[in-house]
Amino acid sequence: MDKWENNRAWFLTIPVLVLVAFSAIIPLMTVVNYSVQDIFGPGQSLFVGTEMYTKILRDPRLHDALWRQFLFSGLVLLIEMPLGVLIALAMPKKGWGVSFSLVALALPLLIPWNTIGSIWIIFVRPDIGLLGAFINNVLGIPFDHTRTAGEAWITLMLMEVWHWTSLVALLAYAGLRAIPEVYYQAAKIDGASAWATFRYIQLPKMRGVLTIALLLRFMDSFLIYAEPFVLTGGGPGNATTFLSIYLVKLATGQFDLGTAGAFSLIYFVIVILLCFVFYQVLQGVGKGAKQ
Amino acid sequence: MKGKSKTIGLFIYIFLIFLPIYWMINMSLRTNADILGTLTLYPVDPTFANYIKIFTDSSWYSGYINSMIYVTMNVLISLTVALPAAYAFSRYRFMGDKQVFFWLLTNRMAPGAVFLLPFFQLYSTIGLLDTHIAVALAHCLFNVPLAVWILEGFMSGIPREIDETAFIDGYSLPRFFVTIFIPLIRSGVGVTAFFCFMFSWVELLFARTLTITNAKPIQSVMTRTISATGMDWGLLAAAGVLTIVPGALVIWFVRNHMAKGFALGRV
Repeated sequence: MDKWENNRAWFLTIPVLVLVAFSAIIPLMTVVNYSVQDIFGPGQSLFVGTEMYTKILRDPRLHDALWRQFLFSGLVLLIEMPLGVLIALAMPKKGWGVSFSLVALALPLLIPWNTIGSIWIIFVRPDIGLLGAFINNVLGIPFDHTRTAGEAWITLMLMEVWHWTSLVALLAYAGLRAIPEVYYQAAKIDGASAWATFRYIQLPKMRGVLTIALLLRFMDSFLIYAEPFVLTGGGPGNATTFLSIYLVKLATGQFDLGTAGAFSLIYFVIVILLCFVFYQVLQGVGKGAKQ
Repeated sequence: MKGKSKTIGLFIYIFLIFLPIYWMINMSLRTNADILGTLTLYPVDPTFANYIKIFTDSSWYSGYINSMIYVTMNVLISLTVALPAAYAFSRYRFMGDKQVFFWLLTNRMAPGAVFLLPFFQLYSTIGLLDTHIAVALAHCLFNVPLAVWILEGFMSGIPREIDETAFIDGYSLPRFFVTIFIPLIRSGVGVTAFFCFMFSWVELLFARTLTITNAKPIQSVMTRTISATGMDWGLLAAAGVLTIVPGALVIWFVRNHMAKGFALGRV
């Protein structure tokens, strides 16, 4: 069924467009303005054209932060997507267990991001943390998330998986619930194994929700700021300095507005490109599901 | 047997979710000297001193009130502007509709750090700095696109014959929308409100940058536990526990709609 063709529908979108234009276009233009200037102080600036872009693109710390960011997002997706699907498959289909597991799983999602960082500091510190003390004293392995890059990364990944796997699980569970019972009955009659049921019925039916889960998880892990900021502060050294942390350091710490502006635009372009690819994939999935 | 091992696995995972939260609750019921002295699995000598301090010191509890105010404002604004737009995207084809929809989504994906300084400048210029509405508007940057996206999914699930029948019966678009259509997608509105609440409540960067004293959110207030004499772990834990409470309440109220809502919508 085709949609109604009517250009007056534009009027319905005006409130959204005005609001988002106010909070997106004006600030973005300000960033463009910063990025072509060398700003010494209030009212003192020099037009430098593309100099800031050349400078930031050659900045080895930006390259490091970018690779770190891709590694982090890649690991997050590799761990959280399969784990989330497994949890969804293990969840009960009816009874009091449904409400209980839904509430329990959703809990980490509603905790403010800096509280997440605080929870994990309290949890992993070798002196006062349960996990930290357990690893150090019971297992006898010296562990301190502020000491080496490896330890910081392990802690950060644990926190990230703890925090966000629930989102994948909830989405996958919703996808599973939407599968009509007749599909399972048909599989049973055909004598399909659990794996075959998963591979040929559950997985294809979950494709839509899993793509959304992938998209949301990728975006939010790519933009991560508050949790590593609280937990490791980007350290030790620069080991957990991701793109957002580096950008905020440049903009507010060193007050290097020109460079930060150029960095912002490059960062934004990367995200939009990736977002466009994902969006195309999403649209493709939408069409596939309708056929 | 297989079903049993699944359930055990699920219980272990849920146990692991609760473990760090339990540990923070444990810490919040102890004094700082006690925490730094010995490590015990449960508070031996529980005290509510940390909570009492938060509830009696206005610089602490006003943080919670400020956060609640701007989150509520944001949810209301997001829903109000997103409902008509989502209807337009779900029902009509118009010039540039796909491009506008994509452009909206890119804002959901904008790195917050990019907009930090411009937001600060923009809101200082128009004199909204350190007000609740400033934070609520800033959070619209990512919540409005999300709200449009989710609502559009729900609305597209309602057959268009319902609209046509209502129009033939003489309903005007606004009257149809308010009296028939919104009740039909109320679970979608609920899910959208849930997500707007969630992303506005957990956000730190904008909320911290756009406020100084009057509208300071609890997330900024929590940084006060770091002082010259070291961290006040007990107080930090108590403040953290209290930031979990509103989210937990929201989950409790929507628990029965959540699975259904997730399945119908796009998130």
